[in-house]
Amino acid sequence: MIIGIPAEIHPGEKRVAASPEVVKKLVDAGFDVVVEPGAGTAASFNDDVFLEAGATIAKDTAQTWSADLVIKVRPPEHNPKLGRHEIELMSEGACLISFLWPAQNQELLQKLAGGKLTALAMDSIPRISRAQKLDALSSMANIGGYRAVIEASNLFGRFFAGQITAAGKVDPAKVLVIGAGVAGLAAIGTARSLGAIVRAFDTRPEVKDQIQSMDAEFLELEFEEDGTGEGGYAKVMSEEFIEAEMALFARQAYEVDIIITTALIPGKPAPKLITNGMVKTMRRGSVIVDLAAEQGGNCEATEPGKVVESQGVYIVGYTDLPSRLAPQASQLYATNIYNLIMEMNPENDGNIVIDMEDDVIRGATVVNSGEITWPPPTIAVGAERKPSFGGQQIEVKDDAKRASAAAKGSSEIARFVKSAWFPVILAGLALFGLGQVAPPSFMAHFTVFVLSCFIGYMVIWNVSPSLHTPLMSVTNAISSIIVLGALTQISSTSTLIFILAGIAAFITCINIVGGFSVTQRMLQMFRG
Amino acid sequence: MSPSLITVSYLGAAALFILALGGLSNNETARRGNLFGIIGMAIAVAVTFAAFVTRHFELLIALMIAGGVIGFILSRRVQMTQMPELVAILHSLVGLAAVLIGFANFLDPTIVFSGTEKTIHDIEVYVGIAIGALTFTGSVIAYGKLSGVIGGQPMLLPARHWLNLAMFIAVIVIAVKFVGATDHDQATMLLLAMTVIALLFGIHMVAAIGGADMPVVISMLNSYSGWAAAATGFMLSNDLLIVTGALVGSSGAILSYIMCRAMNRHFISVIAGGFGTAGGSASAGTTYEGEVQTIDIPTMAQLLNTAREVMVVPGYGMATAQAQHAIADITRTLIKKGVNVRFGIHPVAGRMPGHMNVLLAEAKVPYDIVFEMDEINDDFPNIDVTIVVGANDTVNPLAQEDADSPIAGMPVLEVWKGHTTVVLKRGMAAGYAGVDNPLFVKENTRMLFGDARDSLEALAQAL
Repeated sequence: MIIGIPAEIHPGEKRVAASPEVVKKLVDAGFDVVVEPGAGTAASFNDDVFLEAGATIAKDTAQTWSADLVIKVRPPEHNPKLGRHEIELMSEGACLISFLWPAQNQELLQKLAGGKLTALAMDSIPRISRAQKLDALSSMANIGGYRAVIEASNLFGRFFAGQITAAGKVDPAKVLVIGAGVAGLAAIGTARSLGAIVRAFDTRPEVKDQIQSMDAEFLELEFEEDGTGEGGYAKVMSEEFIEAEMALFARQAYEVDIIITTALIPGKPAPKLITNGMVKTMRRGSVIVDLAAEQGGNCEATEPGKVVESQGVYIVGYTDLPSRLAPQASQLYATNIYNLIMEMNPENDGNIVIDMEDDVIRGATVVNSGEITWPPPTIAVGAERKPSFGGQQIEVKDDAKRASAAAKGSSEIARFVKSAWFPVILAGLALFGLGQVAPPSFMAHFTVFVLSCFIGYMVIWNVSPSLHTPLMSVTNAISSIIVLGALTQISSTSTLIFILAGIAAFITCINIVGGFSVTQRMLQMFRG
Repeated sequence: MSPSLITVSYLGAAALFILALGGLSNNETARRGNLFGIIGMAIAVAVTFAAFVTRHFELLIALMIAGGVIGFILSRRVQMTQMPELVAILHSLVGLAAVLIGFANFLDPTIVFSGTEKTIHDIEVYVGIAIGALTFTGSVIAYGKLSGVIGGQPMLLPARHWLNLAMFIAVIVIAVKFVGATDHDQATMLLLAMTVIALLFGIHMVAAIGGADMPVVISMLNSYSGWAAAATGFMLSNDLLIVTGALVGSSGAILSYIMCRAMNRHFISVIAGGFGTAGGSASAGTTYEGEVQTIDIPTMAQLLNTAREVMVVPGYGMATAQAQHAIADITRTLIKKGVNVRFGIHPVAGRMPGHMNVLLAEAKVPYDIVFEMDEINDDFPNIDVTIVVGANDTVNPLAQEDADSPIAGMPVLEVWKGHTTVVLKRGMAAGYAGVDNPLFVKENTRMLFGDARDSLEALAQAL
């Protein structure tokens, strides 16, 4: 099977869908790889390294697009140089893998269906644990978050970390990150490692731990509402909540130096969180990086694709942050794509199979052999309970239900037998029976026995688990107290009894000395 | 020596034994506890010797000294990794002694009882020998399994539950006949017959139990050796034996209970044996999709050098590979670099309770960084690198995720919640429970194949 890697023609796009390492792995897996001349140049991969990795360089764009499987970054678009749409260059029955944004690109889906093609959208891969290695959105968001901090530091006129120098004290920069998804967390990590004080806010309470684990402060509203929506994304919040949230941002805007916003709601324009009024209250020289710029921006002053200055505050609205780290982004994206191809290559024979039974492949496939299959049936997932092994969560619940139903159905007697009273009553009866027949001498010993059991029970519970092995060896040594039996018998006139008792004394002495001595040896080490 | 003086000495010895066990509650008092045990034993033996031994002095002293020397040599020579074997074989000696003393007592013509007292005494003899015999063979088989002389896989005879039941009923039936027997020779034959059955029962019971259940088996045998001593105490009307036996018996029972709870299994099902073969076979055979991702030593060294929180999770594999010293070296190096290294120990890691703690103590890992599962299980999300050394079932996410799994519901160390987990393993074989482990194919898991000790020594070099 031939895989084609075309150059990206979208203005400003520097990424490429394959890296030399991935090309080598694909070739090893039995695929033939064709790369358009100059496809990786902007990402610092020139044609020679692709050749070295085992790819062939196509003679032109059209040849690349005629491959059985085309992998790219941006959705296909009209190619002004050839005067044709890229989809028209594909051969019938071929397959395309790229970002497609099916919700916004219905027309594109029609076009793909018209060409009897199959298309998998990297942005439609379900966000379940198993598919994490395919999750290009996370890879790109990670880069975006990192780059957002780098862009901010570039415009920000001060250190991030606080310092005390001979020339005076420098306060650390204060960074506010809104939205703690992958991008937000990457931004938190980057800003923290530069030494800034980082605060973060998110409508989903479950991310609190993640934020705190990265040494950032989680800003909380005194307002109860869970913003967790489907697929681990956030949902639209109530009006009261938004009001409380805006008040919080207004207070923070007054204090912080840098704001990085990453708030997105799937299928909706980005919520406006930073108003012009808030921008006005920020110190001159502060920076806002709006990662939601492409979806309209979280800040009212954002202009997508540009840096604007308003009241001395820089507002960065770049929409191509991952592309600004093209080699890194290409490398991660290529690995995501490679992992997806390997999911579809179960025989490992250099051919792909679209298995619509597989949740991950089903979710990603938006057009299957000319038939639009988007949107896929939903699989509900919260971050708390991810069914890593396909639907087991549900089975467990059913079992629990069945078990509780069975328990309800069981008779009163069974419940009584299970209760704590039953063994107590049974023991009482047994003791009563014993008291009826046993002679007093036995009962005296029996009393000692039962009380000792209780003492043992009380004492042993206090033993530290790390000393369980020494406990066993010491109890073993003292259980050799049985040697007393041998000692009382050894003076018998019967030779047989003497022999039996002699052997018993001999072996118990092995045990006594061995047990105590090895315990001593172990405890000596615990002293360490 | 007056009877009261003997009683007082025995009382003192019993109190010392209780203090000995109480002393083990923490590391500071543990050695004093052991000393109490030694003193108690010395008092008991010396007093009994003075009070009861009237003949055969020289021979008895020679036998006891010979036994003591052998015991001493054994205890000095044994490797810490072989502790479970040693404890098992020592248990067998207590069992054997109980059998011998029981027979000696039964054959003693000077002991005469009548009426109910005779019945009770007969039962005491009978029970003492029965428990002793089964402790003896059970411990020998356990020793064989632990030392590798016998394979660790459970031996499963067809209809084994019926066989156990039949043996149990036979023991009861013979007991009834034995108590009713008037003829001494006939009674002796019955006692011998029962002893043979009890010996076979011991073999069969332990042979059917798999390697991962060894902690339960060892604690259980520990408990039995105590009950054997207690039964002998009843037989001889000796309160010190009864007290000590009851202490040891309940101690072993509690340990068995703790071990069973740590595996979320019922004591009965452990004893019934055949773990990992019965039930849940549907999921036991499943292999999990996903790719195994390997890691090499330099990468792992780099990973550890950049980590802040490291957790080491050792298992039986660390003991077999004798890797505790290498891991201790790595721990020291990392601590010097300011890395927070901790150890997470599953209660049933290894082949006897507390096995891992002993090995780590031997390698001089400070015990304040060694934690029990319950203490550290919530910390995994903050751990940068988790190193799993030869543990498998105790870190298997299936216990939580798959209700049909044989290990379902067993508390496990949640290592997969950490950022990166490196698993040191010889190959992709399943653990003793015979369950595949999806941990190995998790996104954040890396496998380092090879002998744990070699790998860790190379890693220590690389650091």
